[in-house]
Amino acid sequence: MTVRTLPRRLGVLVIVAAIVVFLSIKLNTFRDYQIAEIAYEVTAVAGLTMLTGLSGQISLGNGAFMAIGAYTTALLLLHLTWPFVAVLVIAAAVTAVAGGLVGVAAARLRGPYLAGATLMLGVALPAIAYAFPGVFGGDEGLNVVFTVPSSLGANFPLTRWQAWVSAAVALVTLLLLANLEHSRIGRNWRAVRDNDVAAALDGINVAAARIRAFVVSATSAGIAGALLAIVTGLVAPGAFTITLSIALLTAAVIGGLGSLPGALWGSLVIVLAPTYVTDVATSHGLSASVGANIPIVAYGALLILVMLVFPQGIQGGLDRIIAAFVGPRRRTRTGRTAPAPAITPSADPPGSPGPASQHEKEGTS
Amino acid sequence: MKRSQRLRWQATAIATVAALAVAACSSSSSSSPSSSNSTAALTASAPGITATTITIGSHQPLTGPAAPGYSEIAPASTAYFNYVNAHGGVYGRKIIYKYLNDAYDPTTTASVVRQLVLQDNVYAIFNGLGTPTHLAVVSFLNSDKVPDLFVASGCDCWDNPTTYPETFGYQLDYVREGKILGQYVAQHFKGKKVAFFYQDDEFGMDGVKGLDYEIPASMVVTKQSYVDTNVNIAPQVAALKASGAQVVVSFSIPAFTALLKLYSLKLGYTPTLVVSDVNSDVYTLDGLLEAYAKQGGATVSGSQLTDGIITDDYYPTPGETSNSWTALFKKIHDQYDTKEPWDGNAYYGEAVAYAFVQAMLKAGRNPTRADLVSAVNGGLTQGPAVAPFAYSSTNHDGITGAYIAVMSNGGLTQEGPVLITDTSATGSITTYSGTEQTAPASGIPSP
Repeated sequence: MTVRTLPRRLGVLVIVAAIVVFLSIKLNTFRDYQIAEIAYEVTAVAGLTMLTGLSGQISLGNGAFMAIGAYTTALLLLHLTWPFVAVLVIAAAVTAVAGGLVGVAAARLRGPYLAGATLMLGVALPAIAYAFPGVFGGDEGLNVVFTVPSSLGANFPLTRWQAWVSAAVALVTLLLLANLEHSRIGRNWRAVRDNDVAAALDGINVAAARIRAFVVSATSAGIAGALLAIVTGLVAPGAFTITLSIALLTAAVIGGLGSLPGALWGSLVIVLAPTYVTDVATSHGLSASVGANIPIVAYGALLILVMLVFPQGIQGGLDRIIAAFVGPRRRTRTGRTAPAPAITPSADPPGSPGPASQHEKEGTS
Repeated sequence: MKRSQRLRWQATAIATVAALAVAACSSSSSSSPSSSNSTAALTASAPGITATTITIGSHQPLTGPAAPGYSEIAPASTAYFNYVNAHGGVYGRKIIYKYLNDAYDPTTTASVVRQLVLQDNVYAIFNGLGTPTHLAVVSFLNSDKVPDLFVASGCDCWDNPTTYPETFGYQLDYVREGKILGQYVAQHFKGKKVAFFYQDDEFGMDGVKGLDYEIPASMVVTKQSYVDTNVNIAPQVAALKASGAQVVVSFSIPAFTALLKLYSLKLGYTPTLVVSDVNSDVYTLDGLLEAYAKQGGATVSGSQLTDGIITDDYYPTPGETSNSWTALFKKIHDQYDTKEPWDGNAYYGEAVAYAFVQAMLKAGRNPTRADLVSAVNGGLTQGPAVAPFAYSSTNHDGITGAYIAVMSNGGLTQEGPVLITDTSATGSITTYSGTEQTAPASGIPSP
């Protein structure tokens, strides 16, 4: 089975890449832009879902890691005209270091304390841009120039190129994360999440596993930030408010904590839903103050609905539906007695954000 | 084996659903604008223009920190467009104004403006609000050659016809405003100690730049700044008091002007306040003062606190009902914009819409996008503004002057003549000699 894992995942990657290319050519340029938005969103959400769903740590500061990645990208592209791949690698490395530093502190904290500490990071870090306007451009931010390579011809739409680059980077990141999830590192994360005392007794270095999860999550966020920089063309502190960090966590929870496909569902929801709801809200002649707030209300209602119907997120719900139809047939064929195990942390009681309930008793650290 | 089957199944399902989801999204927008009446004189001469309609778009902060007050602007513009539509439209075409909420977040601005341009095919972006937000899209709009008219921000950065030929400012920029306020302070408070209080971004810094051009450095005892994400300005106010400044010139947004006033009162510090015209909507400022004081457990009268504050303005005031423009805009507001209050923001929204209609009429019967840009480059008459526009092919600044005004009884009283100037350090400030226009009887500009 392990022999065939990589070719299989590569196969999936190629199929999805082909679909993205097909859609980007078939659809209008705004949809290309949305594909690019979904790509950077899913990169950040995937990293967070690994952290929260697998290693059991919560982070409200991943927006800040995106800011680090985005500013690194903007500064490198502004001052040194390096190829984007090199810039991306450096942006990822810088956020990995930042994630490691935060991870060292985070490995000592639990549940709400960790949430509070990362929240502080999410609020405070983007403010540095205001403190050093000479370097970071202050409130106005930094412009990022990203162009279509001339080899693609003069009429190649920029948004399509942005969609391609973002989707390619996102897919490679997802592939690496999927490998990590099913490797020894991923198993250690799950062990630490479910019972850190038992994990420590089994010889797992709990602190190291936690720090590693933070580094992985921060690196993904940094890559996402780099993509955001080239997609929107501007890196400004207003883009990295605490709302962003919360939106990332929301997407991870809606999609299904700990699930990479879930990260995609969550990203689709938070990128596409606002556009639709706004169209509906503005087309009914409501007063501005009411119409403007309807998308926010609908967003909240959607969250509640998903959590009520699919406590394990969209992917958890899909797994359940699949199990209901496919499960029995598969069970008779393979002789299993239980339906296919959900890949989300299904041991959690419904509705509880997994990690918090896991750590009510103090463990070693 | 079993596991691999399940994963493969999942992957296929994901890919399919993702494809369907994105494809479904596009189905509503794939039809291209129809050019039906090929025989009629009115043609679909540009993206967003059909024989019967002109569709324009904007990004506005309808929710979030910038929404109070500013969220009234786009509905007021819509009201004016609806008035024009009901009275013959622009060469018979009706204006459809589609503004989307960006909540003052530049990433959202980048997304909604691309939606308007790439998907909704708007003819132009009109009155996009905010400096950091609009900066996120100005390169995109110019590289896609979309007219970007009358940005709702006083940043001097919109006047850059070489790099941004499609972009035009509208309101009095903060450098000019700083010069006009600075000259007043230098002349009327000779020998007094002056302090600056400003927002630490281009708004505040441009303002201070203008002030520094006019106020001798020897008069200025301290300069204190704040960031709009931190409402605790007690340290700055304490520093202002400690400096012994008798006059405080403030380039702050209304929320922070109110905080400045309240913190000063708390310290028993009562300097003469001179504030930027972003505060000249006394209605909003009074409301903020009362709301903040209430949060702190005190009851104050907003209009009593604002009495005597010196500011400037570039329109007739909303209370001046004998003025032909005020009468016109108030009438349109009362008919088409009943859900929003009548105040300075509503005035602004209608006035900027008036300028847009004028530009559209000037651009001709079947305009291309370039026609609209060259129409504005050819100059516009000032309409309701008290000073002329700077528009030319080499200057994309908007209104060039203002008058000094003093707040009293919840309104503004003009003090002295209309002053005009430029953005340079040496450019003189002169009294505007032209006469203000009166509103056309039809309420619709002539080209």
